[in-house]
Amino acid sequence: MSLLALTGIRGGYGGADILNGVDLHVESGEIVVIVGPNGAGKSTAMKAVFGLVDVREGSLVFDGVDITRYRSDRLARLGISYVPQEKNVFASMTVHENLEMGAFIRRDDFTAQLERVYDLFPPLKEKRNTRTGALSGGQRQMVAMGRALMLEPKLLLLDEPTAGLSPAFTDLIFEKIVEINAAGVSILMVEQNAKQALGFAHRGYVLVLGANRFGDTGANLLANREVAEMFLGG
Amino acid sequence: MLLEISQLTVYGIVLGSIIALGAIGLSLLYGILRFAHFAHGDVMTVGAYLALAGVAGLGLPMWAAFGLALAGGIALAVLIDQALYRRLRRTAPVILLIASVGVALILRSLVQLVWGPDTQVYTQELQMPMRVLDIRLKPSQLQILIGTGVLVVLLHLFLTRTRTGKAMRAMADNPDLARVVGIDTEQVVIWTWVIGAGLAVAAGIFLGMDTRLQPTMGWHILLPVFAATILGGIGKPYGAIIGGMVVGVASELSTMIFPPVYKPAVAFALMVAMLLVRPTGLFGTPR
Repeated sequence: MSLLALTGIRGGYGGADILNGVDLHVESGEIVVIVGPNGAGKSTAMKAVFGLVDVREGSLVFDGVDITRYRSDRLARLGISYVPQEKNVFASMTVHENLEMGAFIRRDDFTAQLERVYDLFPPLKEKRNTRTGALSGGQRQMVAMGRALMLEPKLLLLDEPTAGLSPAFTDLIFEKIVEINAAGVSILMVEQNAKQALGFAHRGYVLVLGANRFGDTGANLLANREVAEMFLGG
Repeated sequence: MLLEISQLTVYGIVLGSIIALGAIGLSLLYGILRFAHFAHGDVMTVGAYLALAGVAGLGLPMWAAFGLALAGGIALAVLIDQALYRRLRRTAPVILLIASVGVALILRSLVQLVWGPDTQVYTQELQMPMRVLDIRLKPSQLQILIGTGVLVVLLHLFLTRTRTGKAMRAMADNPDLARVVGIDTEQVVIWTWVIGAGLAVAAGIFLGMDTRLQPTMGWHILLPVFAATILGGIGKPYGAIIGGMVVGVASELSTMIFPPVYKPAVAFALMVAMLLVRPTGLFGTPR
């Protein structure tokens, strides 16, 4: 059984449908990347998983539970964490407070997980009492990912985690994603740096006009001439 | 000359404390609900008169009347929010703003209906001012300064140490992300009314202690309160404290040059100047 399965998802934000039949699944332990041209509905597909899209048709199943009409806070309790592409930190709050907010719905002791996040992102421990808005883009992305990990999710949703980052930080964030995955967290991500992401992902989907055109292992997609010409810049 | 400036500065800090308490609430409410709460001044008035009911009506000591007024003012604000503002939350902010102007008129009329239009005072006792380095300070003014200090410290501890306080800051900072991390936004809204109305009640009582009670007292101080909120950067409670002090001290110092009736004009001029030069406030960062 898949950890996450989307079947025939259609929907949008109330107006015309942006998703026109998306089918995708994430197996436990996988990194799955969604790539595709601008306006293909990549981020919308991601948001649909986190209950932020009006899903008109189709079904979402997570860990054996039908989550099609679930609201975000219930999904968070089930073990899904979401990192939006933009405005993904509380800029006026300290790094430490951002991580605490990530654990907002937890009523148990989360200090062990806090230490694990600081171990994963050592610069954050150093800057724990710094206002997050004062950090660099790469460090802010670490805060955003760290915040999402505070729930110890089974599935982490990352919307373009390297958008606007320097190549050095992009490499670092990708390394961290692989590390998080190795610790047992399944990952579904949207990524602009398609070639690089498909290089380490287990599988990938190419989304075009709100529907998936291709779906295969990362290596196969990279080797696919049609995909390469259309979406990976030759 | 120097003595006069020092004396007026001290009066300015007293007035600034009252303005700041109102401005903090206004700023918090704007940060969470994204509308300018025009009834805030009249919540102050209601608070002041509830304390009068405690002192003059029930014969309670001031501290007990203060507690009674806090409870009453907070309950009233939450009731108004749940009965009226909550229904309008999904509409445009300007509709909420106009609704709050209506609430302001209703509250003021109710106060006039119950307590009458005449000026009243908490106590007829003559207050002998103390003298510190030749600067005069009435006991009530000292109480206002201490009371404001205690409330600001309590607010700071609430916002930085408690789960609810942090959730409130998170929601003011980034409402979408607050929802993503599972913060119950309606609960935060109620807490914001509790804090905002509580501080407004305190400000109203302090204003009544410093001057006299009138049904229009809160409406008249609303302009300086707005000026302080904008000076501090709307939505920033800590900025509102500084903004209140600046407006209070500037208003008092202006009486050296202009007649005292122009005090509100000074606040208004500060607000306009700020909006022209730095609309994000003294500590605001341009977005």
